[in-house]
Amino acid sequence: MRPFEYFAPTSLQEAIDVLRQRGDGGRPLAGGTDLVVQMKEGVLRFPYPEYVVSLRRLPELKGMDFSEATGLRLGAGATFAEVAESPVVRERYPIIAEGASIVGSVQTMNMATVGGNLCNAAPSADIAPPLLACEATARIAGPSGQRTVPLDEFFVGPGETVLRPGELLVEVLVPPPPPRTGGAYRRHTPRKQMDIAVVGVAALVTLGPSTSSGQADGGAFQRVRLALGAVAPTPVRARNAEARLEGRPASDEAIAGAAAIAHDEAKPISDVRGSAAFRRHLVGVMTERLLKEAVARARR
Amino acid sequence: MSKQIITLNVNGERQEIAVEPRWTLLYTVREALRLTGSKEGCGTGDCGACSMIVDGRLVTSCLMLAAQADGTEVTTIEGLAPSPVAGADGRLHPVQQAFIDTGAVQCGFCIPGMIMAAKTLLDANPNPTLDDVRLGLAGNLCRCTGYTKIYEAVLSAADRMR
Ligand SMILES: Cc1cc2nc3c(=O)[nH]c(=O)nc-3n(C[C@H](O)[C@H](O)[C@H](O)COP(=O)(O)OP(=O)(O)OC[C@H]3O[C@@H](n4cnc5c(N)ncnc54)[C@H](O)[C@@H]3O)c2cc1C
Ligand code: FES
Ligand code: FES
Repeated sequence: MRPFEYFAPTSLQEAIDVLRQRGDGGRPLAGGTDLVVQMKEGVLRFPYPEYVVSLRRLPELKGMDFSEATGLRLGAGATFAEVAESPVVRERYPIIAEGASIVGSVQTMNMATVGGNLCNAAPSADIAPPLLACEATARIAGPSGQRTVPLDEFFVGPGETVLRPGELLVEVLVPPPPPRTGGAYRRHTPRKQMDIAVVGVAALVTLGPSTSSGQADGGAFQRVRLALGAVAPTPVRARNAEARLEGRPASDEAIAGAAAIAHDEAKPISDVRGSAAFRRHLVGVMTERLLKEAVARARR
Repeated sequence: MSKQIITLNVNGERQEIAVEPRWTLLYTVREALRLTGSKEGCGTGDCGACSMIVDGRLVTSCLMLAAQADGTEVTTIEGLAPSPVAGADGRLHPVQQAFIDTGAVQCGFCIPGMIMAAKTLLDANPNPTLDDVRLGLAGNLCRCTGYTKIYEAVLSAADRMR
């Protein structure tokens, strides 16, 4: 690696001050599993950093907590190991636990953070579809104060987010899951671990009361959120497929119809991991499976 | 580039080291401390040859800046048995002994990382299934053995440690 300067602030304000005083050319450093690799390989979407600001000691970015009233707070600095091991995440947000528990290896998960995954903004970032499906919001802090952005508006393009120079992602807020909600995330990869998603699909559904509709299969789709990874320049919601389901009975036919719509609305490219046609096919197959899984969990 | 002083507790010994910001933990441990058991295979987090335990967590030390490890406790392969040949009591760590007895080592390059990953797995899960072992070692590549004997060695180490 070429030389750079290193700062290790101990509070969020101090980190923001360093970035403001030193100005352009700096880069926040969390787990380093994207940034250090990119710096070693010299493949960066921005100029090689003149200085890095380690986020490891910022208490504001650490850990996670949950309350029934406000939901889940995931610190940007929470590692995937911490998220995947968290009893409350596993219990209340299995969709998020499933995204967190497949990032790289044991070693990767011990270093890689939620914030780094989102800010690196790969179209295949594994925590993005689950958090998009959960309608999470991003809390951002910078030289001109704090702001909150729906995660849906956070990604701009491959490697690009709405973060302005000197801004930091502080935490992600996830609303509490309503009753009769179920969700799941899966990705397709040739290798189970240590691979990057060819396609990732997250489905979160909330069902109405099973009695009101009189459906033998139990209720109608009250709310459906579908998010796709690695099929567009950013992780995206599949809004047409969602709209197709809401208000309809939670039946296999309705699910198959929505999967066909998701297949059509995905805009994948062809690359080394798969052709556009293969990815599109996977979106259809996986959306159908994931919706069924989400419905099964919502009924539990 | 100017150096800064960091403090590491490496295998139970406190070390003050002057490091450049661009030095990784792996580079620092190998070059400044001359503990050369940990290897650099890829340098990009893919092979696990550089695996160390930092504050109780298995990491790929090629992706961690030494400065980021300031103030942590680091265990390297040398920390499992103090001499390369045998520990103070004349014995290797059970995982090391199991690798030898099973014949799980060929060129040996991946083995320090494999053993650190295996020790981490067995500390957390003393009764792993074969699938647990595969998952625990998924971040460690071996170009020689085909893994079969390595998995056998880890399961045998689990037996010995129970
Ligand atoms: C072996 C290996 C396997 C991998 N497997 C996967 C996988 O399966 N799935 C997957 O999605 N990814 C994978 N990755 C990629 C990477 O691990 C993840 O994207 C990870 O979450 C990045 O987090 P980090 O803390 O290491 O980020 P860093 O590398 O520290 O930072 C990433 C980027 O985000 C910026 N940044 C970090 N935190 C903040 C913040 N709070 N505010 C503003 N900017 C910030 C940094 O400046 C940098 O540009 C893998 C990487 C490796 C090396
Ligand atoms: S050298 Fe660190 S993972 Fe390969
Ligand atoms: S024994 Fe040679 S790489 Fe594993």
